[in-house]
Amino acid sequence: MTRSRLALWAVTLLVLVVAPLVFSKGFALSLLCQMGILVVFALSYNMLLGQTGLLSFGHAVYYGLGALFAIHVLNLNKVPTPFIPLVGGLAGLAFGLVFGYITTRRAGTTFAMITLGVGEMVAASSLMFPAFFGGEAGISGNRSQEPFFGLTFGPQIQVYYLIAAWLVICVVAMHALTRTPLGRMANAVRDNPERAQFVGYDPQRVRFLMVALSGFFAGVAGGLATLNYEIVSAESLSALTSGMVLLATFVGGVGFFAGPILGAIVITLMSTVLAGYTKAWPFYFGLLFLSTVLFVPGGLTGVVVLQKRLWDAGLLSRVAPVYVRMAVPGLVFVGGAVVAVEMAYRGVRLPGAWLGTFAAMAVGLLAARWLWRRESDRWAAALEALAGKAAP
Amino acid sequence: MTAALALTGVRKRFGATEIVRGVDLEVRAGERHAIIGPNGAGKSVLFNLITARFAPTEGKIALNGGEITGRKPHEINRLGLSRSFQVTNLFHRMTVFENVRCAVLWSLGHGYAFWKFVDRLRDANERAREIVERVGLAERAASPAGILSYAEQRALEIGITIAGDAKVILLDEPTAGMSRTETEAAVALIRKVTEGRTLVIVEHDMSVVFGLADRISVLVYGQVIATGTPAEIRANAAVREAYLGSAAHA
Amino acid sequence: MELFFTSLLNGVTYGLLLFMLSSGLTLIFSMMGVLNFAHASFYMLGAYFGYVISSYVGFYPALLLAPLAVGAIGALIERYGMRRAHASGHLAELLFTFGLAFLIEEVVHLVWGKSPVPYRVPPSLDGPLFTLFSATFPTYKAFMMAVSVGMLAALYALLTRTRVGLLVQAALSKPDMVEALGHNVPRLFMLVFGGGVGLAALAGVIGGNAFVTEPGMAAAVGSIVFVVVVVGGLGSITGAFVASLAIGILQTFAVAVDYKLPFFDRVTVSQTAPVLPYLIMVLMLIARPRGLMGTRET
Repeated sequence: MTRSRLALWAVTLLVLVVAPLVFSKGFALSLLCQMGILVVFALSYNMLLGQTGLLSFGHAVYYGLGALFAIHVLNLNKVPTPFIPLVGGLAGLAFGLVFGYITTRRAGTTFAMITLGVGEMVAASSLMFPAFFGGEAGISGNRSQEPFFGLTFGPQIQVYYLIAAWLVICVVAMHALTRTPLGRMANAVRDNPERAQFVGYDPQRVRFLMVALSGFFAGVAGGLATLNYEIVSAESLSALTSGMVLLATFVGGVGFFAGPILGAIVITLMSTVLAGYTKAWPFYFGLLFLSTVLFVPGGLTGVVVLQKRLWDAGLLSRVAPVYVRMAVPGLVFVGGAVVAVEMAYRGVRLPGAWLGTFAAMAVGLLAARWLWRRESDRWAAALEALAGKAAP
Repeated sequence: MTAALALTGVRKRFGATEIVRGVDLEVRAGERHAIIGPNGAGKSVLFNLITARFAPTEGKIALNGGEITGRKPHEINRLGLSRSFQVTNLFHRMTVFENVRCAVLWSLGHGYAFWKFVDRLRDANERAREIVERVGLAERAASPAGILSYAEQRALEIGITIAGDAKVILLDEPTAGMSRTETEAAVALIRKVTEGRTLVIVEHDMSVVFGLADRISVLVYGQVIATGTPAEIRANAAVREAYLGSAAHA
Repeated sequence: MELFFTSLLNGVTYGLLLFMLSSGLTLIFSMMGVLNFAHASFYMLGAYFGYVISSYVGFYPALLLAPLAVGAIGALIERYGMRRAHASGHLAELLFTFGLAFLIEEVVHLVWGKSPVPYRVPPSLDGPLFTLFSATFPTYKAFMMAVSVGMLAALYALLTRTRVGLLVQAALSKPDMVEALGHNVPRLFMLVFGGGVGLAALAGVIGGNAFVTEPGMAAAVGSIVFVVVVVGGLGSITGAFVASLAIGILQTFAVAVDYKLPFFDRVTVSQTAPVLPYLIMVLMLIARPRGLMGTRET
């Protein structure tokens, strides 16, 4: 392990330990817990999408079933609270083995469709078995049982550190997995399944193992959610949850291990902090997702990594003026769009306000296009210089 | 002695058209065997039948005496047959070294392990490094495969093909699209890395075929019309007529 | 007997509605190779547009105007979004339509709110048409059937009698051929996409007031439409038709039947109704990914 990488892990650990001391208010603390859970969930999702090239529309199945088993076991009062996420993980693994066997018989779009079907099937069966799935009301539990080494896990701060501990275990394990033969062959199968066959590997088996293992980590995330919220409802295994983890992962960047972490943090902030200001936050998030798909397929992490590479190559100073100049019309356009969305939401019907907003957006857009025509050469030149430096 | 590769009565139909029309072929262990033929003779289809990309409509294919008809590609590979692809077929987003390392993992018994780090697998890393060197890509080891030059990608393709230490190597037009000098380098490389193995090669370039092969089979219109040493093939009247005749049209 | 006939008629009406969605979806898939995740969202947009437009100019003009408007929006989305996503590959395209579905739902939230809008059947079509045994058959259901069948006939005529239709048919079986022939495939794509989502919108206009016009309607019908195209076979219009009717009838019947299942003593058949289509879809994808009448794998 290189020194800088070691430093990165150390800083991450430090941040995890210190964060609740800085953000000690109830809201901030529960925000951190929520983030931690989503980070594990999104990383498990990226084991499929980013690392194995499998687009799943039903990943919430493992998360939700993990959470359900966790809460039922929690209510038995037999397993100490800190190990409840492990119960979730084992449930996720078990269903990962079953559904993974079914879904990975095909790849590509067919895989995506089967996961959608399996997801809807499980979600729909929650209506058939309300006793297990909790029906409309959900199933509640109580995380503070017999004290475990003096910890009751009643106070949120104790739950935070429990989540943080599981987060570290899961992140380390998932990162380690990328550096094992299976992890590497998952990449190989993603890039070229036919070739993988001719180095002796069965792509179907590789995909199956990856689905099962990612089911485990998704189940752990579900178990953590059980402890954090003390209630599990059918929504946790719904298509909505599957969609959210897909959006978060992709926005963060599927090509990088840290991508889903960033994505999970962004979506948590949007769904809590931004949601405090505007009810339209899912709309903004949807726009962010679509812009990512269309303009920056590498996700937010891709953007950050590119800047870092430009910086390392001493080229950032060349493109910085482009950023500054493009920012002006860009902000006018985005600002106009935000005003329009907020007006639509608040039911503003003043023609003048709408006209003004649309005018501002049009001016911003036209100015941005005009400016881009002049600036794009400089940008392209910088990228070319970067590519030139990367090659020996 | 059993043949390294034996085809008996192999046929392949696509709908109403029969592309491979009853091929019997025997490749002896340790020889370099070339399959030539004019465009559309069914060489690539034959190649894909041997490597189970397509299933034959009729007939049997045996590797070292054991039947492999109906097996899956990865199973055939594990039995000791490796192939290259006509269109370069690499793991584009991985580095040269990673490409080769992925190709050695199975043969060294690391399987689907998710409890050991690849960086710590001494055997795999050493073997991968050795192969990268042998195909002349040591200086490019850390570059992503996707940014290599065409000739370099072809060399990597050969490296991946031999990495698993298969005893039977199939190369599909390994010098297609190369310049004269690149072709010569590629032939030298193929000669070097297939030393002591059985080689089956499908090739258009006659200088490559006659310079490399111990024996040649000529495939015309889905049938093998002759098999023999380069000298015999050169002298064979039927080959001249059928092959050169239609080659002139192509 | 009475239950049987009402269920059958309801099932056929629902099935025909499904077919309006699935035919557009399968056309788009066969032509452009992309599964349009947002298809049901255009169905929803059709319902909302139908609601707004009919409140100004009445129901019948809305029947024409709403699908046209939604179709135009679809064409624009194809031109300025899909085409760009298409360039970055298959996955990007799939994700684009997925994000689009998400976004359209949010737009509906923003503009019309989260609760249902009062989109009603026009008075001229309200009321019973005839009485069968002691059950009445509503006029509006008959109207829905008529519109669906009329559209089906129009689509068939379009595909078999016009130049564009023949091109589309050619592209269905041999996608590369059409481009080789020198036709403007990008524009054809735009047309097919716009047309396909226009069909979905038409279904929305007549379905929105028969059922409920609310932000959840896209998600509710969307996954069923996927079931239909997968079971029927992607790329096959006939398959989509058969599967639409089958799934429509199956679902209405399962809901109506109250038998207890053996072995699961607390589960009735009607409770399994939501699960059945997905079970069929998953089994179909595993056993026969081409679907009932499909010509190629998904």
